[in-house]
Amino acid sequence: MKKIKSILFSFFLLLFLFNLSFPQESSDPRPPTEIKAFDTPNDNGHAITVIWKLSADDGKVKNNVVAYEILRSDSPEGEFEIRGMVPVGENLFEDKGAKEKKDKNYFPSHKNFYYKVRAKADKTFSESEVSKPAFAYGQWYHTGKTTVLAGVIVFSVFALAFINLAKKGKELYIRPLAGIEAVDEAIGRATEMGKPILYILGLGSAEMIATIASFTILSRVAKKTAEYQTPILVPCYDAVVMAVAQETVRAAYLEAGRPDFYKEENIFFVTSMQFAYVAGVNGIMLREKPATNFYLGKFYAESLILAETGSVAGSIQISGTDEIAQIPFFIAATDYTLIGEELYAASAYLGKEPVLLGTLKAQDWGKAVVIISLILGALAASFGFQFFLNLFRVQL
Amino acid sequence: MRKTLPFALVTGVGFFMLVQYFIPREEFEIVYEWSLDWIIVIGCFAMLLGLWSLTMASVHKVQRKTPGWGYSIITLAGLFFMLFVGLYPGQASLVRGSIFMLLFEYIYIPIQATMFSLLAFYIASAAYRAFRARTVLATILLLSAVIIMLRLIPLGPLSAINQWLANFILTVPNMAAKRAFWIGVGLGATATALKIMLGIERTYMGRD
Repeated sequence: MKKIKSILFSFFLLLFLFNLSFPQESSDPRPPTEIKAFDTPNDNGHAITVIWKLSADDGKVKNNVVAYEILRSDSPEGEFEIRGMVPVGENLFEDKGAKEKKDKNYFPSHKNFYYKVRAKADKTFSESEVSKPAFAYGQWYHTGKTTVLAGVIVFSVFALAFINLAKKGKELYIRPLAGIEAVDEAIGRATEMGKPILYILGLGSAEMIATIASFTILSRVAKKTAEYQTPILVPCYDAVVMAVAQETVRAAYLEAGRPDFYKEENIFFVTSMQFAYVAGVNGIMLREKPATNFYLGKFYAESLILAETGSVAGSIQISGTDEIAQIPFFIAATDYTLIGEELYAASAYLGKEPVLLGTLKAQDWGKAVVIISLILGALAASFGFQFFLNLFRVQL
Repeated sequence: MRKTLPFALVTGVGFFMLVQYFIPREEFEIVYEWSLDWIIVIGCFAMLLGLWSLTMASVHKVQRKTPGWGYSIITLAGLFFMLFVGLYPGQASLVRGSIFMLLFEYIYIPIQATMFSLLAFYIASAAYRAFRARTVLATILLLSAVIIMLRLIPLGPLSAINQWLANFILTVPNMAAKRAFWIGVGLGATATALKIMLGIERTYMGRD
């Protein structure tokens, strides 16, 4: 019995000594280091970016870091509040707030803030040193958009140069567009048949570029209908669009010398509900049987229903939109389709004014620049010239 | 003055919008958001104009007994009945179970769904016209469409080949065409904006 006690004593003594021979490790993870806080670039001045070096126990050694908490205070000794958390392995946090003072998450600009980062384990944590002070401020130029700015400048130079050339009398060749050349024929057909023309501006609001382009075409079409004394019907989806369309058509009739022929009730509001609008316009098509339908502007799912109904009503149809998903429907169901940019160019084609044609030539040159850039970009990507590719990166 | 002031406004606001895109400062953001709020305010007032326009257009049709004038009576009846039910004092109209919402949910929404459903039939008739193999290009279109449609159907050992072909069509020629379209639209939109800001295009203001 004594021998057993002696063996047990020796065993526990050895176990104790063995345990002492290794330092007892704390369960606290080691803290993040090299914390830096600085104003977030290219913003409105209500954010600070915090970066740090990961804890030595992040993914290695003790491997017990589960997340990082970012704390902020307005003085180095003050009380720090938690501003956010990032998962293990990440070393960047953007402390972003609202610009309105009444907002609960308001982030003041031009005020110094101090940050520290807490490496969190399951039950414990360790904190970094406090960062140097940083304050947020808004920038006067977004450096991430330099490529866009360069593109706008190059394109504007092209446009101004060609407008200038056109003003000096240089003849500019533009390729013919079937859809545009059919406009006169379509209006003539309506006149011969004694039936109205239906002009649909789409579902876009007045500030959309496709709707604006459509207004300019409407003006030219309305002038011709005034000359031929053919009624034009413009059912509108948007009340603002209706107001602009009324003014556009009235001015076109005045320009054509036929203000007496203008009827305000022909440019009218239907509804701002998509399919209710479709039902209303389809009804007009089937009752009035217009000789020509124009669908120019922003269109969505209603495009095919409108165009097919127009086809059933026996109208000649000219369509145009910059909505890529609706282009196939228009191509299938209408006689002529203006694809994307052709919608924007239509006004210049119809007007044939030199200054307007100048911008069309600028578009062609813009496309040439894009094609050359694409070829150079493909070569740069193939041969690893990262510098060239970085020139085209845009940060929004 | 009638044209100068709107043109000055359009040019001023246009250039501001262009400049603010490149300046991320708070002051510019506030003016930008304020401008967007103005669109909503103008839209609300314009809605009254819209109501007036719809009413007058319908009334004219009824007065002149133009073909289909009966529909105008239904339009006016529906418009004023919904207005009456929606604005009836002492009753919240936008709550579940109100007469206004019952009319909206059980009459308007089913009618709208019916109109949308028509699209399926129109797609079939448009597809029939588009996919007739009359020319080489139309035949290529037809073949591409068949490959794309069949990718969702199990074809046994042919599935893998068809899947590869469908992916190729979607990611190479289709994507290239889409990108060309977007580049053209981008340049066209910039040209249109430039024409308007510089006052080259003023037809929407009443000058031809």
